[in-house]
Amino acid sequence: MFKRLMLSAAAASLLAMPAMASGGHDKVKIGFVTTITTGAGIIGKDMVDALNLAMDDMGGKMGGLEVDLIVEDDGFKPGIGKQKTDKLIKQDDVHFITGYLWSHVLLASRKTALDSGKFLISSNAGPSQLAGKLCHKNFFSTSWQNDQTPMAMGEVLNKKGIKSIYVMAPNYAAGKNMVAGVERTFKGKIVGKDMTKWGKDAQLDFSAELAKAKASGAGAIFIFYPGKAGGAFIKQYQQAGLQGKIPLYSVFTVDSIALPKLQKGKLNGVLGSLNTQFWGPDLDTPQNKKFVSGFRKKYGRYPSFYAAQSYDMMYLIKSAVEAVKGDMHNQDGLRAAMEKANFPSVRGKFSYGNNHFPIQNFYLRKVVKDADGNWTTTIVDTVFKNHQDTYASLCKL
Amino acid sequence: MLDPRLWQAREWVTALTLAAFGLAPVFTELASQPFILDLIARLMILAIAAVSLNLILGHGGMISFGHAAYIGIGAYAVGIPAYYEITNGFLQIAIAIGASAVFAFFTGLISLRTKGVYFIMITMAFAQMVYFAFISIEEYGGDDGLVIETRSEFGGLFDIEDTTTFYYFTWVSLVAALYLVRRIMRSRFGMVIEGAKGNERRMQSIGFDTYKYRLTCYVIAGMICGYAGALLGNFTSFFSPEMMDWTHSGELLFMVVLGGAGSLFGPVLGTAAFVLLEEFLSGITIYWQAIFGVLLILVVLFAPGGIDGFLGRLGRKR
Amino acid sequence: MDWGLLITQVLNGMQLGVLLFLLASGLTLVFGIMDFVNLAHGSLYMMGAFFCATLTEWTGSFVLAAFLALPLTALVGLAVEIIVVRKLYRRDHLDHVLATFGLILVFDTAVQFIWGPAGTAIPLPEWLDGRVEILPNIEFPTFRLLIIATGLVVAIALYWIVTHTRTGMLIRAGASNRTMVSALGIDIGKLFLGLFALGAVLAGLAGLMIAPITEASIGMGNEIIIVAFVVIIIGGIGSIKGAFVAALLVGLIDTMGRSFLDSFLKLFMSIQNAETSAPAISAMMIYILMAAVLAFRPQGLFPPKGR
Repeated sequence: MFKRLMLSAAAASLLAMPAMASGGHDKVKIGFVTTITTGAGIIGKDMVDALNLAMDDMGGKMGGLEVDLIVEDDGFKPGIGKQKTDKLIKQDDVHFITGYLWSHVLLASRKTALDSGKFLISSNAGPSQLAGKLCHKNFFSTSWQNDQTPMAMGEVLNKKGIKSIYVMAPNYAAGKNMVAGVERTFKGKIVGKDMTKWGKDAQLDFSAELAKAKASGAGAIFIFYPGKAGGAFIKQYQQAGLQGKIPLYSVFTVDSIALPKLQKGKLNGVLGSLNTQFWGPDLDTPQNKKFVSGFRKKYGRYPSFYAAQSYDMMYLIKSAVEAVKGDMHNQDGLRAAMEKANFPSVRGKFSYGNNHFPIQNFYLRKVVKDADGNWTTTIVDTVFKNHQDTYASLCKL
Repeated sequence: MLDPRLWQAREWVTALTLAAFGLAPVFTELASQPFILDLIARLMILAIAAVSLNLILGHGGMISFGHAAYIGIGAYAVGIPAYYEITNGFLQIAIAIGASAVFAFFTGLISLRTKGVYFIMITMAFAQMVYFAFISIEEYGGDDGLVIETRSEFGGLFDIEDTTTFYYFTWVSLVAALYLVRRIMRSRFGMVIEGAKGNERRMQSIGFDTYKYRLTCYVIAGMICGYAGALLGNFTSFFSPEMMDWTHSGELLFMVVLGGAGSLFGPVLGTAAFVLLEEFLSGITIYWQAIFGVLLILVVLFAPGGIDGFLGRLGRKR
Repeated sequence: MDWGLLITQVLNGMQLGVLLFLLASGLTLVFGIMDFVNLAHGSLYMMGAFFCATLTEWTGSFVLAAFLALPLTALVGLAVEIIVVRKLYRRDHLDHVLATFGLILVFDTAVQFIWGPAGTAIPLPEWLDGRVEILPNIEFPTFRLLIIATGLVVAIALYWIVTHTRTGMLIRAGASNRTMVSALGIDIGKLFLGLFALGAVLAGLAGLMIAPITEASIGMGNEIIIVAFVVIIIGGIGSIKGAFVAALLVGLIDTMGRSFLDSFLKLFMSIQNAETSAPAISAMMIYILMAAVLAFRPQGLFPPKGR
């Protein structure tokens, strides 16, 4: 009985596949790799929610063609992410392979994705390799290069007159970039550094590291902890009594995903804290107003920057499909159109650098209460204007 | 065994499965389903690992909870030379098998002194050491993993960059691994291993140094699995330490038990069932792991002997 | 030498050790007496955390929620014993490993289904959220001290139960000679059920103690359970004393490694490499310790007598 079940299941899966692959080129097929399961699934959900919102706003069409959106779960593992990328190429034959929440998943998937001749668009991860030596004509980013945001933070620290910092980040591709970024612009001394275990079994208890930071006598702590680790860190930072003694500056840590939880946990110390970002929910552009109000109406919460980038990604593709009038075979036309970045972006008009990373502004944001008492961020200053990442010069495009 | 007139359900399934794997490229070409070929190639590579685990687990009674470490060693034996642009496949495979043998020898030396659950845990501990060791080596990607830019090259004999060639390379490897294990188990050496599983004292009292026999068996299994790792590294063109953590060792155990520990072909069927089910279920729901978990529990509770046991019973009925 | 830092790190190590002890003590009892390998022990740890998180939200009090979450975790433990584990006692260790591996998958998915993927934070009451000045100029978080205290109380209570009560006698007898206990006319089924529930409560306690620091999250038990196994192997399967000593040892090694290993490694490798490899190497040291113990004392440091 058991065996028969297995065989019929296998047969069913084999039969189901050809049906999915058919359809030819009368559709725009977009594959999206992100994390749906594990604790990081909350970020993936925010991204997918933004895609669905974009689909609603576009009426499910780009340049007259129907849009097929296929979301795959990488399980927070580079190996699985690469496997899903292979599936999107070979089974679903998508036109655009997109998503990629994590730098290490993107780096693992890069080769097969680009070797297949398809477009690869990152709507979050921005590892230095892909901005520099490994840049590719078919790779685009709708986010940023990892180093840029911490570089902006380094400038902020300089302006605040901070002389020394203690740096903490997870030990993976993006964590290393973030540290490199802040080290590049910060003029003071880095008195200590910890790179902690990341992945599905990430380290979440920072007792030993916080004790070291406290003993180091640093003027500030700089961290990069996306997702749930950020909330855990800030809580322990307060519990360890560092609040008010060593100020905390963060990138990609205090965002619309962490804030509701921090508010629920009554971690009031976060109010007023500063972080840098290319975007904010209150950024004053027409597209951003439409996006943020639409998102809040549909899902009842603030969108995160992950959502904003995914939303932009959809509009970037739409602009390209419209430019080639729905001729999905016209690879060069699609590429040329995307290079123009001629679409309404939530961050306002920006241009692409030679490595296909955005040249854009970076802002300083502060955590505040909105009119309804919800915690959110507001832009208080512009740190960089039209900033291009440092690796672009290594890119031979 | 080779005379079809004597075949029962078990032999028919073995022959038909191997034949189906052998003919799969034709089907996938006609149906233009290249992804299915990938799926079967991955399945066959894992099957080689499962067959090697079965050698020590099913035949030798050594429950290794750290077998995924050899997959890692094998894959890095391809990846690290490739990183230095050494892409000679013969050399890479030799390193994979050699390094696995060395690791198996030294860990086996210590592990095989322990029994029962201590053996399970110490093999896991050694595998975790390898796991953390590769995480700590920044040069080869650390936790991020290592992209293998070029597949192994076999000096113009054949080119595994070609999907179909790689597929047949894997198929031949699987058949060879099965043949090798069969030969081992039918030899005097195999008898001693099987005997030591049932009653180690008796084997010792009739003059066999079972420790040495088991250690040799343990090393052979490690070498075969290291070879599978080299294949996997080539197949995925990427390897990260996460792909050898303890849950993957657990999955290999599951594949063997699902197929039927101690039978020659059972692990292949178990791996096939595992990989196809995983692919099928994860396509339906994000909660597929619960279905998988329940299935695992049901197999353990109600289907001892796994798929092979079922085929055996089927054979007896006729 | 910064003595303040050293003392803080020793306390941090003890806190981790005590947490490991709470997990390992249940594991070692179940393992020692029932000879049952329970990988899903970490799932009970996770359940304790999630129950406590939800109850804190409902009742508004962490302490009340903690006391309510423990019987709930016990109920889950009872259900697991009756539905699955009971049928496996007569099987070999391989079947235990596989079936409880299956349970982990079921629990993790069930938690994602019920609580969503995000994980849940547990806010602490003000009096637990602060710090205590343990020595002049050395402050330590109150809640982490509470974890240490809880662990010590549980350790003493368990030690007393094992050495001074009739149940304890059975436990000791069971750990060294299982058949003898059944020969004494004890209802082994009930003893096992009770022990499994006790193990669940201890695991749940560990889970709900760590959740206010990190948070209740999916799969939170999957890595720490492996370390807990290392602890009971080092300590000797079935020995509460062994579990306690080994848990503190492992907790201290891990914390000390994370605190001081990078400065040590910097002596002979680049700063960048030292920073990134130190955490992995300190994680590895635990397994090296275990392999070393097994190589020289295959029964662990404190094996129960007569086994």
